[in-house]
Amino acid sequence: MFNLFLLQLLNGAQFGILLFLVAAGLTLVFGIMDFINLAHGVLYMVGGYVMAMMMGTTGNFWLSLTLVLPVMLVLGLALEVLVFRRLYDRSHLDQVLATFGLILVLSELVKILWGSAPLSVPMPEALSGSIALAGPMRYPVYRIAVIGVGLAVALALWFVIARTRVGMLLRAGAANRAMVSALGTDINRLFMLVFAAGAMLAGFAGAIVSPILSVDPGMGDSILILTFVVIVIGGVGSVKGAFFAALLVGIVDTLGRMFGPILLKALMDPAAAAQAGRTIAPMLVYILMAAVLFWRPTGLFGRSVAR
Amino acid sequence: MRHMAVAAALMLSTATSALAAEPVKIGVLLTLSGPPAVLGEHARDGVLLAQKALAGKMGDRDIEVVVVDDEGKPDIAAQKARDLVEAQGADFVIGPIFSNIMNAIAAPVTSGGAILVSPNAGPSNFAGKDCNPDIFVASYQNDQMPRVLAQHMNDQGIKTAYVLAPNYQAGKDSLNGFKSLYKSEVAGELYVPLGQLDFSAELAQIAAAQPEAVYAFMPGGMGVNLVKQWDQAGLSSIPLMSAFTVDETTLPAEQDAALGKLTGSNWAPDLDVPGNAEFVAAYKEAYSRVPSLYAMGGYDAVMLIESAVKKAGTEDREALRAALKAADFSSLRGEFSFSSNNFPVQDFYLTKAVKDADGSYRTSVVEKVFTAAADGYVAECPMK
Repeated sequence: MFNLFLLQLLNGAQFGILLFLVAAGLTLVFGIMDFINLAHGVLYMVGGYVMAMMMGTTGNFWLSLTLVLPVMLVLGLALEVLVFRRLYDRSHLDQVLATFGLILVLSELVKILWGSAPLSVPMPEALSGSIALAGPMRYPVYRIAVIGVGLAVALALWFVIARTRVGMLLRAGAANRAMVSALGTDINRLFMLVFAAGAMLAGFAGAIVSPILSVDPGMGDSILILTFVVIVIGGVGSVKGAFFAALLVGIVDTLGRMFGPILLKALMDPAAAAQAGRTIAPMLVYILMAAVLFWRPTGLFGRSVAR
Repeated sequence: MRHMAVAAALMLSTATSALAAEPVKIGVLLTLSGPPAVLGEHARDGVLLAQKALAGKMGDRDIEVVVVDDEGKPDIAAQKARDLVEAQGADFVIGPIFSNIMNAIAAPVTSGGAILVSPNAGPSNFAGKDCNPDIFVASYQNDQMPRVLAQHMNDQGIKTAYVLAPNYQAGKDSLNGFKSLYKSEVAGELYVPLGQLDFSAELAQIAAAQPEAVYAFMPGGMGVNLVKQWDQAGLSSIPLMSAFTVDETTLPAEQDAALGKLTGSNWAPDLDVPGNAEFVAAYKEAYSRVPSLYAMGGYDAVMLIESAVKKAGTEDREALRAALKAADFSSLRGEFSFSSNNFPVQDFYLTKAVKDADGSYRTSVVEKVFTAAADGYVAECPMK
């Protein structure tokens, strides 16, 4: 049982890391620009499709993964200039409507370009094995690599935000946007940069997950809601918060799904426990979010900011 | 001048309709958007291929096909079904893919005076108490596919099995269908939220429990992910047997990860039945992919309708029902007839995923499991 627990902890961490990559961009966009971007999940999906397309043409996993980054960066810039720039001064409702529309447009476009059947990306040979943990249980090398890459990205983001001039502006922007602008920083350029970097991270997440999950037109919708849960728990605008909240959500979700029914079995008869476990497990992350909001209304790492 | 042209056109059109018989109007109502769209596309292409194979005619009447998308939503499906039957005057409606849609469109189609022919969905209520003389299910009853694998596990003497399905009605039905025939112990039942794509938690639990086999029902993209993650999690020693998880709609994405995996079906591209090889070749030629059982379902539905319309026309409702029930067409599945509840009596096979020399993937017949099998709900149906 302890081995199974450890294995599930790894699974939870890997899921959390993935959530973090998507949430990091979203929390910055939300926190600094005060902009609700529902289309962020679609960028994750587009990342997966671009990866599948690159793999089809180049046949080389590492080259494709590298090429996804500039493509997503350019796409992010294009979307910012063409669509999002026009929405910053609008109300949240307008932003939600416009970005929801963008979800429909991009999903349909993806379907026209690549069809609606799920695509798959082969795993690189070097990472396709699995290592023995304990007894019959094994853990795929690729998932360990995902955890490693995610941690590296988190470290790099921390460095940029805590140690560089751009990071300083970002932190200042998250705290008081008007003041940063008044002090002579071109806030629009900063926004463009943040948005494009967020798109790149989300696309990168879609690309590295493509060998594990299939690439299909619905993949963005499933991750978007959890991503919002993550940024609310972590505190809007805080990348550090997004990191810890993503790990927390990933682990709670994975362990809850597995051990919820087992724990309930100690309390009630097996059939009822199985039924109750099925119902409660998917709710756990939302219960967690409600609890966090009750005790810390601005999230774990959120500051109460005066706007 | 323009008035004269319009008048001429009008006269011309009345003249032609007086000469040729009224076309047979077939509404095709399938899920063509959202993640499961590929299933609907296969069925639609099967219908269009059948139309082409019949040179666009049933007897001396033209076939007019109207394809609409139900978007996977029962309320939209009901509205579009009503529009097809009442506004567009469809004689037949072929559809749907999903059982929950079937419950929504059955009343609008049949009360509007059309006949519903299902190319795929076969929910138990229409086989039993809700059976209807104007509903013909040309596919199978939903319980029958999982029962193929339960029978196979019984035959293999598999003593412990895990079962896995998404937590919604069709998932529960599928596991109940499996358990109704499987004789030994079901060691664990795992339900996952519909749409879940990462199965790491469930696979870890299966690895810890080491059952002798696993039965799964994971339609569409969920199945692709389950199959791809199966070997990665080190479970290759445990056989994964599934229904609606490994077929020609998911194999292009599953590829080598699915090879050898067993599934149950009423048809496979290499089934040795007259006309089947030609159908597969024509489908590949037209749509550059291997047909699935959904494509076969769409094709057979049109052929069934053609056999009845040629015999009885569409005016005399009683004669048309009788002609449909006679199922006097050569199905791509071979022997085919209807039970008293208008659900098929047919053979079922154990199939497995294979790779062809040209690099395409498909399912292949391993052995026949049930011969001339009817569903288990016939007795509950009041029709005789």
